[in-house]
Amino acid sequence: MSTLERNDRTHLSTGTTTAATGDGRPAARSEALTKVYGDGEARVTALDGVSVEFHPGQFTAIMGPSGSGKSTLMHVMAGLDAPTSGQSWIGDVELSGLGDKGLTRLRRDRIGFIFQAFNLIPTLSALENITLPMDIAGRKPGQAWLDQVIDTVGLRPRLSHRPAELSGGQQQRVACARALASRPDIVFADEPTGNLDSRTGAEILAFLQSSARTLGQTIVMVTHDPVAAAYADRVVFLADGRIVDEIDAPTADRVLERMKAFDRTEPTTTRGSMGGHDRDGAA
Amino acid sequence: MLRTAIRNLLAHKARLVMSGLAVVLGVAFVAGTLTFTDALNNTFTGIFKGAAADVSVEPKAAFNTGMAGMDMNSASASLPASLVEKVVAVDGVSAATGYVQADGVYVLDTNGHVADTGGAPGMGISWTTNPELNSATLVAGQAPTSSDEVAIDTGTADDLGYHVGDHVTVLTPGPRLQATLVGTFRYGQDGGLAGASMTAFDTATAQRLLLAKGRFSEIGVTAADGMSHTELADHLTAELGAGYQVSTKEQKAADRAASLEDSLKFINTFLLVFAGVALFVGSFLILNTFSMLVAQRTRELALLRALGASRRQVTRTVLIEAVVLGLVGATVGLGGGYALAFGLKGMFGRFGLTIDSGLTLTGATVAWSYLIGSAVTLVAAYLPARRAAKVPPVAAMRADLVTTPRPLRVRTISGVVVAALSAAGLAGGAAGGTLPLVAVGALGLLVAVIVLSPVLAVPFVHGVGAFLPQLAGTTGRLAKENALRNPRRTAATSSALMIGLALVTGFGILGTSARASIDRTVDDVLRADYVVSAAMGQPFTPQVADRVRHIDGVESVAVERYGTAEIDGHQGYFSAYDPALVGDALAIDMTDGKLNGLAAGTILVSAKEADRAGLSVGDSVRFEVANGQSRQLKVAGLYGDDNGLGPYVIAMDTYQATGGVPLDQNVYITLDRSADATDVHKALDRVVDEYPVVQLRDAEGYKQDKRAGIDQLLTLINALLALSVLIAVLGVVNTLVLSVIERTRELGLLRALGMDRRHVRRMVRLEAVVISLYGAALGIALGTVLGLALTTVMHDQGLVATAVPVPQLVLGLVLGGVTGLVAAAIPARRAGRLDVLDAISAT
Repeated sequence: MSTLERNDRTHLSTGTTTAATGDGRPAARSEALTKVYGDGEARVTALDGVSVEFHPGQFTAIMGPSGSGKSTLMHVMAGLDAPTSGQSWIGDVELSGLGDKGLTRLRRDRIGFIFQAFNLIPTLSALENITLPMDIAGRKPGQAWLDQVIDTVGLRPRLSHRPAELSGGQQQRVACARALASRPDIVFADEPTGNLDSRTGAEILAFLQSSARTLGQTIVMVTHDPVAAAYADRVVFLADGRIVDEIDAPTADRVLERMKAFDRTEPTTTRGSMGGHDRDGAA
Repeated sequence: MLRTAIRNLLAHKARLVMSGLAVVLGVAFVAGTLTFTDALNNTFTGIFKGAAADVSVEPKAAFNTGMAGMDMNSASASLPASLVEKVVAVDGVSAATGYVQADGVYVLDTNGHVADTGGAPGMGISWTTNPELNSATLVAGQAPTSSDEVAIDTGTADDLGYHVGDHVTVLTPGPRLQATLVGTFRYGQDGGLAGASMTAFDTATAQRLLLAKGRFSEIGVTAADGMSHTELADHLTAELGAGYQVSTKEQKAADRAASLEDSLKFINTFLLVFAGVALFVGSFLILNTFSMLVAQRTRELALLRALGASRRQVTRTVLIEAVVLGLVGATVGLGGGYALAFGLKGMFGRFGLTIDSGLTLTGATVAWSYLIGSAVTLVAAYLPARRAAKVPPVAAMRADLVTTPRPLRVRTISGVVVAALSAAGLAGGAAGGTLPLVAVGALGLLVAVIVLSPVLAVPFVHGVGAFLPQLAGTTGRLAKENALRNPRRTAATSSALMIGLALVTGFGILGTSARASIDRTVDDVLRADYVVSAAMGQPFTPQVADRVRHIDGVESVAVERYGTAEIDGHQGYFSAYDPALVGDALAIDMTDGKLNGLAAGTILVSAKEADRAGLSVGDSVRFEVANGQSRQLKVAGLYGDDNGLGPYVIAMDTYQATGGVPLDQNVYITLDRSADATDVHKALDRVVDEYPVVQLRDAEGYKQDKRAGIDQLLTLINALLALSVLIAVLGVVNTLVLSVIERTRELGLLRALGMDRRHVRRMVRLEAVVISLYGAALGIALGTVLGLALTTVMHDQGLVATAVPVPQLVLGLVLGGVTGLVAAAIPARRAGRLDVLDAISAT
């Protein structure tokens, strides 16, 4: 239902239009993204030519061992960090063409964020936190949509509470509601359940899953937890800054098994053998 | 633990600078004030230490007027030249010479005007040819040897731009002198004259112009080898008899220093109070800073606890940091204080109070600075250190620290109690006219306001902040919430500004009231059309009154002279008038008896003084002036306290009969109503123009003259207080920078969620403005209460009118807001520049 409505919204006018057309157009994509930190001996390649697409309404999990570059990929694609080379798009907006101001507006208007911790402004109530990105933009949230989001996360009785008065799980639900309330093109979630117990974590993950399925929200989640990844429609595996594999309709067992394969084959062998999957992932 | 503490300090350099800054500022203020006060004292005592004679012989004064040789009555007494011969003959005298010294001698500037010395006297002296007995040292040219030659002090020569060989006009109490400047000299050891000017003549000319032929004001004596000064003084007293005042160099210096200390007491007290305020504000800064630093380090300290450090060890770590910081801060602060004293010296110089003495950091200043720097830091760090030790070890494991603000209930109750008691004391003291009670009440109220400040901050920020969301949307709302999130911090941040503005406001109300009181008194009392007086209040030649009397259209000329006398043994000022004319000049409001009861054998007493001395009309009092002359005078009447007169009024006849100096203080001129006012004014102007030292003023001009002193004092006070506002700004900067550091993640989140740099900066600025406005408003409110109480209690000192300078107060409020903007510049920039990724991943 929401895809149409989202397209009605005014988009940022700048950026390059991609070749993708119609419903096949990705919500976000990257091409040959590279990110290098440091120089000489201390040179670390966090991203090594990553090309990936995220499709509208799809819930994607990015998995990989520590240092695989999964967080960097998210940061670069969300406009929080600049790539060393390569390009990425949110909708039809190419990020490298935007300055700090443009990126700020892009994040504000078209991206939703859920961080692992410290998601909320402590001085604002739950409701104020949910509407914050729209308030910053000076936009009025659509009341019906807002109500739907609030009811979905089940926060109505807590709306006037400050973050300090909410449990960890409730805080994360407020963060989810905030990410969805502005109807972004894409939601980036960085280990959203990393600080929660498994039951509360499961609630959040179920919520994200249903947001993608019933509300058509595109979601990209970075995680290292196979159980969390199993809630996604698709899992993309990263190792040493490259996409090495991906699984559609994952289960926790399959993800875990795939991760164990890394442990056996790491570090260098994965690159060559799994490289071919990069393209397949887009299909 | 010492190593941990020092490692900690070095590991966080930015933090070190921030908290160190608070110590530096506090210490700089104290050190600066002390250094400046020292220099101020040295300047004045230095003048007298410069005396060359070992022992001096002067005409005996009946009592010490405390005016260090500037009193008119005692100056009239002089010594005959023959006495010098007698002195030389006394056993143990190596050499003796007579001096002439008098007030009212000025070298005119090239435009023919008296140069403004800011109230310092213009002195005339005789040049002493015996170098052993001469306190002055020639710098250029030669000594004056004839009646058309003078020498002046180098300071005056520099100020007026004169060089040896120039032709100068010298104004004396008698005739003017056209002379050639033959030399310039330095007086005393360091040439310091505190802004006074000094003109030297040859002895005969000095006698003729300033005293009388063959008379001296003082005889200087040098002791023969092996003769102590005290011994010589005893010899002289024995030989010359009791009619003379014989004092040693040391006695004289001590006497004069003591009497000067009296007159400088106000400035010294003011500066020290100021240093106290600075320290107080500085302590707040330190306390505030340390509280924030400790709060930021909670997890780190909890880790120490978890690893087995005891509470005491954690407390000690923080305290050691505080001491090290205090010592480092005090060292830097000492340097800053020296610079501050240098600035103060320049500032005072602009107001005519020239500080000649060099600025030296005395041992006492250094000791105080270190003591205060480390002690205050230690005390200020103690509370946060204790709080730090209470951090449960488990806090180290928690991901996010929820710091719940401690409740303000105890604070509210104790603050309200102190405020109520202080207000009662203030009101009671003001109504009853008891200054000590008002002072205690004022101090109590200040403490109460500081205690209550966090409590009051909440409704204020809510009130003012209500406009912010309308003004700046979400940015405004966040700014308001930030100002509200920790009322204690908001209060502490604004405290420096609050205290500064409370003082500015209090003094402002006092000053404005003083001005209004002068206006009212002049309006009520001055009946004459014109007043002639000297620019700096010094007495002047009676020729002016004589000449004015002969102008057509002048109906009445009343002369006023001042003096000091002991009335029944109690020293007080008096003014003298011709009883027949005083009514033309002044409308004196009598509470008992009649104004025309004033005559040769009578005295008028102010109602307050009569009350103090238990005098009533008809009583007889003993009136004695400094030269030893005395009279029995009958109290003929009592006058009200709002007349702007001193405690006693006598008739001009009594003044002359007791040897008063024939110099006028004020000449009151009343015009003939039928005469053409413009013509008479022109004629008056012509006469007055011939006497550069005096000025013709109508009622309005007279008020302005009288207000000038107050204005100058107010400017000085405000300039000093501006420095405290500067501290306040730095305090706000400090707290805001720390706030920004503390909220790094939050700012990062806001940036990630789409707030641009401009809005982040605006948010910090708005918060600063709200906090500063709060400090300003609270300070102005407190200052108003204090100012009104002070004004009321000083009604008897002549503050008959109460005036509140509303425009200045509004300006103060606006400036308070601007202060916030200025202070926010650095923190706002810092907040805006935060790297989003670094910020959200910061721990």
